[in-house]
Amino acid sequence: MTNLFDAFSGTAPSLSGPLPDPSTDAGWSGDHPKRVGFFTDTSVCIGCKACEVACKEWNLVPDDGTDASDLYRLTGMSYDNTGDLGASSWRHVAFIEDVRPHGTATPAHGGQVGGQQTGFLPDGLPAVHGGGNGHTPRDAATAPPDGGTVDLLALLPDGGAHGQQTPDDERDVRWLMSSDVCKHCTHAGCLDVCPTGALFRTEYGTVVVQDDICNGCGYCVPSCPYGVIDVRESDGGAHKCTLCYDRLGEGLEPACAKACPTNSIQFGDLDELQAAADARLAELHGRGVQEARLYGRDPDDGVGGDGAFFLLLDEPEVYGLPPDPIVTTRDLPEMWRNAALTAVGLGAAVVAAFWGGRK
Amino acid sequence: MTGHDANTELPERFGHAEGRANDRGSEKRRGRGRKGEQLQVPEAEFRSYYGRPIIKAPVWKNPDVPLYLFLGGLAATSAGLGALGGATDRPTLRRTGRFAAAGGAIGGTVFLIHDLHRPARFLHMLRVFKPTSPLSVGTWILSPFATFAAATAAAEVAEPVLRRRGATGLARLLRRAGNASGAASAVIGPALGTYTAVLFSNTAVPTWHEAHRHLPIVFAGSAAAAGGGMGLVGASVRDNVPAARLAVAGAAVELAAGEVMERQLGLLGDVYQKGRAHTLMRASKACLAAGAVGTVLGRKKRWSAALSGLALMAGSALTRFGVFDAGIASANDPAHIVVPQRERLEQRRSTMDQDVAPPDRTFA
Ligand code: SF4
Repeated sequence: MTNLFDAFSGTAPSLSGPLPDPSTDAGWSGDHPKRVGFFTDTSVCIGCKACEVACKEWNLVPDDGTDASDLYRLTGMSYDNTGDLGASSWRHVAFIEDVRPHGTATPAHGGQVGGQQTGFLPDGLPAVHGGGNGHTPRDAATAPPDGGTVDLLALLPDGGAHGQQTPDDERDVRWLMSSDVCKHCTHAGCLDVCPTGALFRTEYGTVVVQDDICNGCGYCVPSCPYGVIDVRESDGGAHKCTLCYDRLGEGLEPACAKACPTNSIQFGDLDELQAAADARLAELHGRGVQEARLYGRDPDDGVGGDGAFFLLLDEPEVYGLPPDPIVTTRDLPEMWRNAALTAVGLGAAVVAAFWGGRK
Repeated sequence: MTGHDANTELPERFGHAEGRANDRGSEKRRGRGRKGEQLQVPEAEFRSYYGRPIIKAPVWKNPDVPLYLFLGGLAATSAGLGALGGATDRPTLRRTGRFAAAGGAIGGTVFLIHDLHRPARFLHMLRVFKPTSPLSVGTWILSPFATFAAATAAAEVAEPVLRRRGATGLARLLRRAGNASGAASAVIGPALGTYTAVLFSNTAVPTWHEAHRHLPIVFAGSAAAAGGGMGLVGASVRDNVPAARLAVAGAAVELAAGEVMERQLGLLGDVYQKGRAHTLMRASKACLAAGAVGTVLGRKKRWSAALSGLALMAGSALTRFGVFDAGIASANDPAHIVVPQRERLEQRRSTMDQDVAPPDRTFA
């Protein structure tokens, strides 16, 4: 709270820009624990969604829909049937099926160039030859001519093509998976705009909603530059990832990180995670994975860096992340100034309307 | 067959940096039923996650929030008209202004509380004062304003009753108190009329955020048109000159600033060119123009003044609904997030290459 008034002094260090210790900035005494966070390394994510399930179980997050007509709420776009983060989805595994005509992939997209393998397109990936890998469609009852097992794919109408490709096409396929979560921003728009103080900065530098304070005004919802927090229809409160605030106090790691079988979700002190991420990035670049990049790692970005940051294999927007988010309150001093000047103008206009007295 | 088509479409939705997929952004957007409207800004290419929204659209209720903005604006300028109307011996204007200020403030408060998803906890708003939260600041503007305005209106009602009953001393005291609280509400009023612009622009909604230089002026104009319009409806021809001036000036400012805003928004202004926001803004402009012309020509007739006032109030309300709708549409459009942010990144990258100051104030 100490920062609220410097915020209008023009220097505004705490509304944007790098901030080494958000907890102290929020009024915690100097001996609070170190800032913690997530480093989500999407290059090893297998899209198993264990994180989504573990999060729901630990945090007792209810079913995320009320539409009984669509019981399973299939999105129909990919294996991702969660769709996005929300009041009842605090982890969301994005699933991107990146298919492109054979030979058009570039190193930047993990494709194959000049015979040199880059990225995560394994050589001879089920190369999805159109026309069903040379098999002719057969009947399930017919035994394969050469004995052996029945190729179930070949039994599908298009001989295994199953709508994934045009008949004579050869395509490169790449799957991108990423477990998204609240970024626990250094400058959190949701927290800044919360009028009740329900959202607060914890001693761990994370951002948490106090459900017993939240009155469901909904201001945090459009103020998050990542579209994370949302109001739950059933109880009217705003909800999002707490980075398992209750577990942290007991020295446990968050449920999602615990459940992740590939260590794609790493939990720890933020400075250590950043060092680990930098090392991982260098390693991948060394292996020719030029498309690898860190997202939310830079403390100079528009939100002062994220507490939960990512290693991505494509542009952020491909994963549904904003490419260059800026916390809205960075411009708030200017907005207040504009509004105050306009208010003075409006008052003057009312007075001026009485100019000249009675006729 | 259609199923196959849909599936083979899928990869294209992600777009590639090269090849025919380059135009997929525009393809997808055309698919959304633009009905061949001509836009000022060419469609930009962008990639996204299955074309899904990136930020969450406001969950604020419609019509609660637009109506709150309208009523707040109406109350904001009415308080001034009421107070100055009283000071300059315009009793009908004073009465109208005072009642409109109280009615607008109380009605607005009701809508604001009803908009909450947990209305029983509205008092939690008063736990803290946070300058970083326009809603908190707004609560602290609205609460005293509504208190003063309601007290003023109560004095306005009670004074003649007391006088009739012969309690002249008490009546005089009450009039003084009413004048004082009326003056207080008139002073707070302009803040109530403009803070709502900050409420909207201090979000990640691109069309609102990027309009943060224009919205206060649009909303101030809208508040003047509403309050002035109300004055024209309620005040006698003898008393309505200030209301007419304020209303016409407000309508002119609102029309001009709205136009400038839509233009300067560029790509982000496309939400004002299509869908419901477009219809609402068009209707708003028509009402404002008609009301302003009607006021200039017909102020001296009671009925035409009142009709013009109603048109101006309708125009003011429609602007609020239009801006609200435009924001929802903007938040739901991934292009509004990706395209400007990409541009910003590219620009920053190129200026960094040239080793000159980055365009984006704080960030290199
Ligand atoms: S602004 Fe969004 S991403 Fe940042 S802390 Fe709040 S909910 Fe999380």
